[in-house]
Amino acid sequence: MSKMTLETEGDTHVIVTRRFTAPPEAVYRAHTDPKLIQKWLLGPEGWTMPVCINEAKSGGKIRYEWTNGKGGGFHITGEYLELEPYNRIVHVERMHLPDPTPDNHIETRFEADGAGTLMTMRMTLPDGKTRAAMLATGMERGMEASYVRLEGIL
Amino acid sequence: MYSLDAAFSALADPTRRSILARLAKGEATVNELAEPFEMTQPAISQHLKVLEDAGLIVRRVEGTKRPRRLAKAGIEAMDQWLAMLRKALETNYDRLDEVLTGMEKHKKGEKR
Repeated sequence: MSKMTLETEGDTHVIVTRRFTAPPEAVYRAHTDPKLIQKWLLGPEGWTMPVCINEAKSGGKIRYEWTNGKGGGFHITGEYLELEPYNRIVHVERMHLPDPTPDNHIETRFEADGAGTLMTMRMTLPDGKTRAAMLATGMERGMEASYVRLEGIL
Repeated sequence: MYSLDAAFSALADPTRRSILARLAKGEATVNELAEPFEMTQPAISQHLKVLEDAGLIVRRVEGTKRPRRLAKAGIEAMDQWLAMLRKALETNYDRLDEVLTGMEKHKKGEKR
């Protein structure tokens, strides 16, 4: 069963959808409560988020710092533009690698889907080049995890 | 196994991944490929050689031009990347499922 979809749209969008058995209120809270975010928004195995600032209000700041515990890490910063509990979040974010990447504008919707939730995240990048770079960076982190798996096999 | 290794190390560089992403949209000349990167043509040619040696792209002769396009292995490598990115995101959301289950139990007053 594939619950998640990840697709590009046009030259500048990335659309992610995911279904959850929990209701929209719970999924929304898990996206805005730092204590909850630190439990799941971690990427590959072995990464943690020691710093999680999330001011869930219009104009509120976002700062997530990740580390792999071996000296590797990076952080993102962002700002909330709009919040409609428990339906919709609009924010911008950028990665610091350490130079900041162009802003990624993200609208996240939480819609009731039976007893559960359909989440739709629509990312808008300034141009195709930035989108390709963002996907490549994500791929890099994914690849790191797969290298670790390869090492285990070889 | 050797070609898989070559493909993996070819993909380890962000510029080469971007070149592949560009070629996924269709055939392109070296000049067209060099344009978005603010890199010299020799630097781009070096990246193209690595991709070619790894069997990810192929070249065609058209007069004085040598347009490149994705080889079958290149298309598969791109698919593999997207699958890996998808996997990293799925790992996050699988963890979120557990967090949500924990929230539900907490709400019902069960011991965790």
